[in-house]
Amino acid sequence: MLTVTNLGVSVRGRALVRGVSFGLAPGELLAVCGPNGAGKSTLLKLISGERRPTTGEIVLFDRALTAWRPRELAQRRAVVPQTSPCDFPFCAWEVVMLGRTPHPSSARDRDIALDALDAVGASHLAERLLPQLSGGERQRVALARAFAQLHGVQGPGLLLLDEPTAALDLQHQESVLSLLRRRCDERGDAVLIILHDLNLAGAWADRVLLMMEGQTLADAPPEEAFTPALIHRAYGVTVRTLRHPDTGRALARARPRGHPNPNSDTSRPTLTPPPKP
Amino acid sequence: MIRLTALSPPGRAQLFGLVALCVVLTLAVSLGAVSISPGQLLFAPLSRLGLTELSALTPAQEAVLWAIRLPRALLAVGVGGALGLAGALMQGLTRNPLADPGLLGVSSGAALGGAAATVLGGAWSQIGLPVAAIFGGLIVWAVVMAAARRDGAAPISTLLLCGVAVSALASSGTGLLLFIASDEQLRSLTFWTLGSLSGASWSRACLVLGALAVGLGLTARAARSLNALLLGEAEAAQLGVPVEALKLGLTVLVAVLVGLSVAFSGFIGFIGLVVPPLARLFVGADQRRVLPMSVVLGAGLLTVADLVARTCVAPAELPVGVLTALLGGPFFLYRLRAASPEV
Repeated sequence: MLTVTNLGVSVRGRALVRGVSFGLAPGELLAVCGPNGAGKSTLLKLISGERRPTTGEIVLFDRALTAWRPRELAQRRAVVPQTSPCDFPFCAWEVVMLGRTPHPSSARDRDIALDALDAVGASHLAERLLPQLSGGERQRVALARAFAQLHGVQGPGLLLLDEPTAALDLQHQESVLSLLRRRCDERGDAVLIILHDLNLAGAWADRVLLMMEGQTLADAPPEEAFTPALIHRAYGVTVRTLRHPDTGRALARARPRGHPNPNSDTSRPTLTPPPKP
Repeated sequence: MIRLTALSPPGRAQLFGLVALCVVLTLAVSLGAVSISPGQLLFAPLSRLGLTELSALTPAQEAVLWAIRLPRALLAVGVGGALGLAGALMQGLTRNPLADPGLLGVSSGAALGGAAATVLGGAWSQIGLPVAAIFGGLIVWAVVMAAARRDGAAPISTLLLCGVAVSALASSGTGLLLFIASDEQLRSLTFWTLGSLSGASWSRACLVLGALAVGLGLTARAARSLNALLLGEAEAAQLGVPVEALKLGLTVLVAVLVGLSVAFSGFIGFIGLVVPPLARLFVGADQRRVLPMSVVLGAGLLTVADLVARTCVAPAELPVGVLTALLGGPFFLYRLRAASPEV
């Protein structure tokens, strides 16, 4: 449902993204990882149409991105930006209801908004004012807005998220990713998500797009993308990759509950820096 | 399911605002050197049509009411409402609760246009005045928006500084025109620098009110998009809003509202700054409610200010722009401190 071919963009002769190609199928969760300045956010902005590419092509739902009418596309594709600075005193539920903008307005919009807030575990925030929310609370409201935007779409939707877990605590990181995972599995939505936490990506993603200096270093399942060699090339850090043990040992991250992937127990990699000599 | 208690108070606030505006309007029409009682006001339209002899006005009252008070009060409502609406729209466009037609130079640009029409327009100056004021405001607003924006957002400090710079340019242009103006032109130009509603006439009041009604109608149709725009331009575009077209339309509308206001009443500052935050205080951030509320509050505020301006030192008259600046200046300083600790 998303095909990116030889995508590139340069600013004043400097290439921010170069020759990136990948596909995203319905029901797939793709994590984009890489060091700071690798071009992850730029890639997301290209796919969301916020920036125009200098080379390459983006095809969404079998139609070129440039051929879409903004409103039609917005009914099937939602974007969650990294930060959303907004100093106007909207209530949280009003922000979520703005997700209904591309759809004809209806009396059910408020229920849809409240359901979406409930889904991200933020119904207690419904009547709080946006400027008074913490960074993590805002991120959950932004996610709820995206869910409200995709409510009731025909066929699978596409979610593009830029580090939606950056300001979230451990519990909410897990719950946000399990929510996204469930949308992929149950509704066939496709999710492209930028993640800094490789363990989160390893635990939840079907595939990882590892980027460095605007280029693709790997496009593979987590266990193949997160090899010590590739991580070292991308981040310049030596790591050991461990398999997630069943027993939840100290250095392991929480095991994904209710994950349908039968391989999840054994094949999901967990990373930890090696002990100092 | 959550109970939404936040829903009813805005409705009540809007109703209250409208009632207050009516009361203020009645006061503005009845108070002055020749006073007219509210009862007489009630029957004035009927007796004018010859339908009743009840509480007939004296000829003096009749003349004062229909030729002076009413057009002036309606112009105050129109200009106050237009400035309030323009302020709310500018704050939405820049996503900045400190934007104001006066502070960002739009009023100065309109004043420059108006002055140019007065001094250079010759026989066309009457018709040319509002048109030139609108274009003056439009040019300045476009320049400020283009100069202050980085990546779709306009940081408050850059925006204000651009406004200062462009205001200075426009003022120097107006000064140049004052220099070459004749004595008579000079007197009529002075009123721009101070702001006054004493030039009210039925045609002016109707023109401003008409523009205001059209503006409210257009923005009501685009209200969902305007709300999405408050989240950010990229966010609005991703919600399917045609951002560029919307911005262009808003820019023209702001220029028309401010241009007409300045053309007919001179430089009346701070209404557009003070009113929208007050409206948000009462009805929240939803533009569907903020815009009408800003109109009502702006209209009420300017009507009161004008009432005070023409009665407090009677028989002389204070320029109402002086009063609004007296009110708005401290408010601006307070908001500046509260909104941006880094400024």
